[in-house]
Amino acid sequence: MADQAVVMAPRARGRDWRAPLARRAEGIVIPIGASAVGLAFFGLILLAMGKSPVEFYQLVFKAGFGTAFSWQNTLSRATPLLFAGLCVALPARLGLVVIGGEGAICLGGTAAAALGVALGHAPSVIGLPLMAAAGALAGAVWIGAVGALRHWRGVNETISSLLMAYIGIALMNQLVEGPLRDPASLNKPSTAPLPPALRVGDIPGMDVHWGLIVALVACVLCWVLMERTTIGFAARIAGDNVRAAQVQGLPVGRLILGFTALGGAFAGIAGFFEVTAVQGAANASLAAGYGYTGILIAFLARQNPLAVIPVALLLAGFEASSGLVQRHMDLPDATILVLKAVVFVVILVSDTLYGRFRIFTPSRWSQP
Amino acid sequence: MSRSPISRRSFLTASAGLAGATALSSLPLAARAAGKLTVGFIYVGARDDYGYNQSHAEGAAAVKKIPGVKVVEQEKVPETVAVTKTMESMINFDGATLLFPTSFGYFDPFILQLAPKYKDVRFEHCGGLWTPKDPRNVGSYFGYIDMAVYLNGICAGHATKTKKIGFVAAKPIPQVLENINCFLLGARAVDPSITCQVIFTGDWSMPVKEAEATNSLCDAGCDVITAHVDGPKVVMQTAAGRGAFICGYHANQSALAPDKYLTGAEWNWGKVYTDFVETTLKGGTIDNFVRGGLKEGFVKMSPLGPANSDAARKQFEAVKVEIMKGDYVVFKGPMKDNKGKEIIPAGKAYPETDVALESMNYLVEGVIGSTS
Repeated sequence: MADQAVVMAPRARGRDWRAPLARRAEGIVIPIGASAVGLAFFGLILLAMGKSPVEFYQLVFKAGFGTAFSWQNTLSRATPLLFAGLCVALPARLGLVVIGGEGAICLGGTAAAALGVALGHAPSVIGLPLMAAAGALAGAVWIGAVGALRHWRGVNETISSLLMAYIGIALMNQLVEGPLRDPASLNKPSTAPLPPALRVGDIPGMDVHWGLIVALVACVLCWVLMERTTIGFAARIAGDNVRAAQVQGLPVGRLILGFTALGGAFAGIAGFFEVTAVQGAANASLAAGYGYTGILIAFLARQNPLAVIPVALLLAGFEASSGLVQRHMDLPDATILVLKAVVFVVILVSDTLYGRFRIFTPSRWSQP
Repeated sequence: MSRSPISRRSFLTASAGLAGATALSSLPLAARAAGKLTVGFIYVGARDDYGYNQSHAEGAAAVKKIPGVKVVEQEKVPETVAVTKTMESMINFDGATLLFPTSFGYFDPFILQLAPKYKDVRFEHCGGLWTPKDPRNVGSYFGYIDMAVYLNGICAGHATKTKKIGFVAAKPIPQVLENINCFLLGARAVDPSITCQVIFTGDWSMPVKEAEATNSLCDAGCDVITAHVDGPKVVMQTAAGRGAFICGYHANQSALAPDKYLTGAEWNWGKVYTDFVETTLKGGTIDNFVRGGLKEGFVKMSPLGPANSDAARKQFEAVKVEIMKGDYVVFKGPMKDNKGKEIIPAGKAYPETDVALESMNYLVEGVIGSTS
């Protein structure tokens, strides 16, 4: 048995390149293994229903990732999910479970659309950034308020963000059906259509809009912010132990406010892209459930902004395949929901496995 | 070297079997695509919702019976990029060339944007207002169901004892306002002192709010209830449970409470869709703008329930005969809205086919409720 000094001082003898990799590998192998177990478990459910799991997973693969069309299908569904995932993942690193991204998406979209209509014939280079800023601001205020309530009034952020989401959706409906309504939108109350100059187009060669690129860049930047800056380090400390952070003199209040507002801003930008790239106006379709899927994504990604990317793509692919599964296997539309839920639960359960496998312990590799 | 746990022979057998299974499972897909006509139906909610989506699914079921036609269906598709991708998926994977995306919000922008990309596919949309500047391979159709709701109102007018009837509505939009007004005007054709109280729930599928609204209407003394929400099942069950009579909407809900069910305004998409598909099979083109009422078989009435009096049956049948002649007029001047403002001057009349009715924004005198 190695003496403690080896573990305490890795710079001493017996350094091995595998030691630092072990911890990181644990964070990758366990979620992937858990996903595989979840998929296998769902296969058993299908078998019990008398359906073929092989056919099911073939269809999911084909419709989500199997053809060029499938990829565009998946990617075009992924954009709002990426932003919504960030809205949950960022505050979560501070130990805050914010589940009300839906409200910020709705209000962000409404703010962007209202500004776009007011700007009228402004050129794209001026109009679009302003609209994006308006969407981000609306989302930041909405989720930032949740953080402020948490820090200064001690209100539970999970409950308040959920209730704020209901208020946000109601506010959007009130605005879209009242003051902001285009009288020409008869049977689907909407804001006036945005002029063509204020619409976001597709990435050349694909029918996926530019929001995808922005969302991917946002995920990478958030990872850098969280893992490679002092602000992110401070936030993680506050998330692990708020007392310790306060004792160290870290500005916990400002960190909470900043990260909830940043998360909300991303949700607001999701609303901005829904309005300018997809709907062309703000209306009740903004409340499509993206904010709630974002919760699932952030937890599956273990709050890591970089991991949000593959998880959001996987879930978008599942959703893209839902139709083919319904049509070809005669399964109800809830099938994909059940699949998501099974994988989600297994991954949550797998949290108890961390530190249980000796192969992932750095000391295992530190011996000569 | 130790023996491999998988022998070469078993590996070959397994992989051959796998390849065979793959080939087999992909074979029917190709074979199906080679069929004569594949028709896709897309619903915004559950296809067994006792309401809007079910009425369309019943239409799809009728289409399935036509020889040489394959039907693919997908439910619970939101009015987002999801519907664009669902349409494309049906075109690319199933070879669908006739699509019925049935929810109102699918039309603009999703159908209008996708149609130019697939010129060989026909997009038929329920409820939209197609105009000549829209793509030629898009069509919109709808039915004058307000006339059927007017007949609902006649039965309600005979059945009510409190002279108060109730309406649970989703949103104050033209199609809904027209139905509320017709329900009351039908009842007032029986007794001009009747009033109709309306509660808006704010969205198309809000079962909890719908039940609350129904209960408040019953508390306020309404003894005949109808609804315009996507799935009226909750309203019907709650109202019947409170002892009120009910008039159905979208689909036949009589099975939920046969003793309390007076009649109902139903879509008859089975006939419409069969006609459309047969036109397509013969190589013809469906008109871009199609509308029809009771006369054309776009809408129909549920069979009259046992609770209707003889007087109600008589007036119902008499008015129905008039409506079946076509161009029946419910909205004619002088008519005031419920704020006392004159909305239709004396001498002016709007027959059921008048497109101006599709932008209605008022509640007529006698309706208790507000559009905003």
